[in-house]
Amino acid sequence: MLGTLEMGPIIRSLTRNKTGAVLIALQIAVTMAIVLNAVFIIGERNDLIARVSGVDEANSFQISSTGFASDFNHMQTLEQDLLDIRAIPGVVAVTTINAIPTSGSGWSMSLQTESGENKTDVGTAVYMVDQNGIEALSVELIAGSNFSENEIRYRDGNQEGWPQNIIITKALANDMFPELDYAEVVGKTVYINYTEPMQIIGIIDQLQAPWIGWNKLENAMLSPEHIASGDFSRYFVRTEPGMRDDIMLQVEELLAKRANERLVEGLRSFEEVRERSYSRHEAMIQILFVVMITLVSITGKGIVGLASFNVNRRRKQIGTRRALGASKAQIIRYFMVENFLITTFGIVLGMAMTMGLNMTLVSVFELGRMNLMYLPLGAICFWLLGQLAVFGPAIKAASTPPALATRTV
Amino acid sequence: MFSYYIKLAMLSIKRNPVLSALMVFAIALGIGACMTTITVNYLMSNNPIKSKSDVLFHVQLDNWSPFNAARDPDQPPLQLTWVDANNLQKAGKAFRQAAMARSGGVIQPENPDVKPFQDSFRLTYTDFFTMFNVPFIYGSGWDKQADENAEFVTVLSRRINDEVFGGENSVGKTITIVGQTFRVVGVIDEWHPVPKFFDLNNDDFGEPSALFMPLSLKLPLELPSWGNTNCWKSPEGEGFVAFMNSECVHLQYWVELKDASERDSYLDFVNSYVNEQKELGRFPRPLNNKMSNVQEWLEYNEVVADDAKMMMWLSLMFLLVCLLNTIGLMLSKFMGKSSEIGLRRAVGATKRDLFYQHLVETACIGLAGGLLGLVMSYFGLQGIRLLYGEFADRLTSLDGNMVLLAITISVFATVIAGVYPTWRASSIAPAGQLKSQ
Repeated sequence: MLGTLEMGPIIRSLTRNKTGAVLIALQIAVTMAIVLNAVFIIGERNDLIARVSGVDEANSFQISSTGFASDFNHMQTLEQDLLDIRAIPGVVAVTTINAIPTSGSGWSMSLQTESGENKTDVGTAVYMVDQNGIEALSVELIAGSNFSENEIRYRDGNQEGWPQNIIITKALANDMFPELDYAEVVGKTVYINYTEPMQIIGIIDQLQAPWIGWNKLENAMLSPEHIASGDFSRYFVRTEPGMRDDIMLQVEELLAKRANERLVEGLRSFEEVRERSYSRHEAMIQILFVVMITLVSITGKGIVGLASFNVNRRRKQIGTRRALGASKAQIIRYFMVENFLITTFGIVLGMAMTMGLNMTLVSVFELGRMNLMYLPLGAICFWLLGQLAVFGPAIKAASTPPALATRTV
Repeated sequence: MFSYYIKLAMLSIKRNPVLSALMVFAIALGIGACMTTITVNYLMSNNPIKSKSDVLFHVQLDNWSPFNAARDPDQPPLQLTWVDANNLQKAGKAFRQAAMARSGGVIQPENPDVKPFQDSFRLTYTDFFTMFNVPFIYGSGWDKQADENAEFVTVLSRRINDEVFGGENSVGKTITIVGQTFRVVGVIDEWHPVPKFFDLNNDDFGEPSALFMPLSLKLPLELPSWGNTNCWKSPEGEGFVAFMNSECVHLQYWVELKDASERDSYLDFVNSYVNEQKELGRFPRPLNNKMSNVQEWLEYNEVVADDAKMMMWLSLMFLLVCLLNTIGLMLSKFMGKSSEIGLRRAVGATKRDLFYQHLVETACIGLAGGLLGLVMSYFGLQGIRLLYGEFADRLTSLDGNMVLLAITISVFATVIAGVYPTWRASSIAPAGQLKSQ
C-alpha cells in the first residue's frame, strides 16, 4: 500500500518540525474538551426544558385581580368572575388557583403517612383549586373522585387547619406509598402539620410543582379551596384550541370593567409563564451554541493557516516530488495523512481533557456525568473537521508545477 | 529606536493584512468572551457597601425544629421571626439596627391621571437609611417616633416619585397606600446596591423597593409578606396575629456596630437573648446564632450563579484556544519573513534587536486585539442582557476597572503568546537564509 509507505516520511517530517503540529493538536484538544462538554450541557438543559408540566400548555392562561376599594366584596366578586368567565364561548374551564405550575412561586407543605413529630415526611407543592381545577389544568383523574362543589371552602386566614379531602399526583402517591399501586392509595389518610389528618380521594396522572429546579418537581397536591386573602384572586383558564389569545383579551376586558375597585394584572399565557422560568436555561443553550461555533471555526482556521504555511514552505520539495513522478493524488494524500496524524494526537489528548473538564464540572457544579459515547462521536467529528480544513491547502499543494523544482528561489 | 520598531511593525502588519487581521480577530474573540463573563462574575460578586462592609452585620437566630436543621449542615434559618426581630430591635444594643421585611400592595395616587398600581414595599426602621448610606434627593428618613407609633409615613424611591409626583419635591404630600393616607417624608435618589445584599431571599439583583414605611405598620395593616416565608411548625391558632406570633421566619435583621471589634459582645447579647427565650420554652435547638458582615453574608448566600461561573471557566479555555491559534499564526508569519530577518542579521542587527523588534510587533497586535475585544465584550454584554432580560440589567455594565483589565489581559496574553515565535524568529541563522537567495 502506498499509504503505509508514506507514513515514514510524514512522521519524520513532523518530528523535525513539531511546534506547528503540537500547536494544532493542542487547539484541537482544548476545543474538543469545550465542545463536547458544551454539547453535553446543552443536552442536559434540553432534557430539562422538554419536561412536560401536565397542563394544556398551548391553551391555558392566568389572570389576577386585587381589590383595593374599601367596600370591595371579595367573595361575591370571585363567584361572579368565575360565572362570567365560564360564560365566554370557547372557555373549557376556569378555576381559582394560588400558584401556577413551573412559574417559580408557590406554596409547599410536608405530608406524613404517620401522625406525630419527627416522622419521615414528603414535600409537595400545594395547589388550591375548586371543583373545576382538574378540568382547567387539563390533568386526568386516574383513580378516585373529584372534589364536589359544596366542599370548596374560602381560605381567608381565619379558618382552622386544612380541608378534609385532597387529590394528589401519581408521583406523590408513589413517593409516600412506594409499596402500593397508585389506585390503592385512594382512601388513605396522610398527615399535614405533623398531626392533622387528610384523606386522599383521588389521583391525577401528572402535574408539576412551581419550582423547576426542585428535585420533587412531580409532587403536587390539590386542596379544595378558593384562596381569598388580601382581596386577591388568581384565575386559571383553559380554552378551546386556537382561541386562547382572543379569550385572554375578552377576560381582561371583562375584569377591567370594575377598574375603579380593583387592579387586573398578570395576564399571561401559560407558555409565557413557562418560558420565563426556563429562560435562564434557554440563554445558556444559546450562549453555548455561539461558543461552539466560534471555537470550531477558529480551530478550523488555525488548521488552514498552518497547512497553507507548510505548503508554501515546501513548494520546492513538492515540486521535486512531482518532477520525480508523484501524482497529484499522492501530494493531496500526503497532507491529508499528515493532518490525520496531528488530529489523532489532538483527539487522544482531547479525550483526556474532556473527561477531566467533565469531572471538574461534576464536582464543582453538580453536573451529570458525561456518557462515554460522546468521545468516539466527538473524535469522528474532529477527524472530519481536520480533513475538511486541510483539503483546500492540499489541493493548492497538488497544483504546484513540477517545473518549480528546477528553478532556484 | 522604539518608534522605528513601531514603524517596522506597521509595515509588517500591512504586508500581511489577512494574517494580521486573523490574529487580531482571534485575540479579540478570546478577550471579548472572557471580558463578558468576567464582568458578569465581577458584578455578581460585588460588595455594594465596601466602606461599611465590616461594621454591618446580618443576624441569624436558630429557632428551628428540634429534629431538623433549617439548612444543612446544622445551619440556622436565613431569616427571623416577627417576635425576635422586634425584640432585638427594641433592645437597641447596637449603634444602629433595622429589622425589615418585604411587602407590597396597591398604591393609589391622588392625581386622577395616574392609575392605581401594585408595587413592593420595604417595611423597616428608620436606621435603615443611615445604616446603608441611602442617598436622599428630598427630605430624609422618618423619625424614631414614627417607628414607635406606627405612623403613616413613607419614603419613596425616585421611580415612584417620578411616576406619581412627576419628579417634584413631594415631601409633605400625601399618597394612598393599601387604602390608607400616607405622608411622604423623603424621596431617595437612584440606589441600586448590586447585589441587593440586605435581602437575598429573592431577586438578588433587583430593585430595592418602590417605597419604604415603618415595619410597625405590618401588624395594624396586616401587610402581606412578599418575600419568602418558612415555617417548621404551623402557627398556634388562626389569623394574622397568630401567624405573626408563630415560629415562621420572614424578616431580616441588620445591625451597624461602631467598630468590628464589638462583634463578639453583640453576639453575646444575642445569645443571652436566645437563652432567655429558651426559658420561655422556645428555641429547642442548641445555641447556634450567627452574625455575618456584608462580605461574609454575600459569600454565605452564594450570590454568584453557577452558570456564570461555568461560563467564566469555559471562556478562559476559549481564550487559551485563541492564543494557541495566535501563536501558530504568528509563527507562520515570522517564519515567512526568514529571509528578511537573515538579511537584517547579516547587516549587523543583534539577536536582541530582532527579539525586541518582533516583540513590539506582537504587542501592537495584542493591543489592537484588546481594543477590538473590548468592543466585542460590549456586544457580548448586550447579548447577555437580551438573553437574560431584567435579571441581567445591572450585571452588564463595563466600568473603568474592567476596561483596564481587558487591555492588560490582552497585551499580556499576546506578549506571552508572542515570546516563542519571536524567539524563533530572532534565532534564525543569517548564513542559511542568505545562501538560498
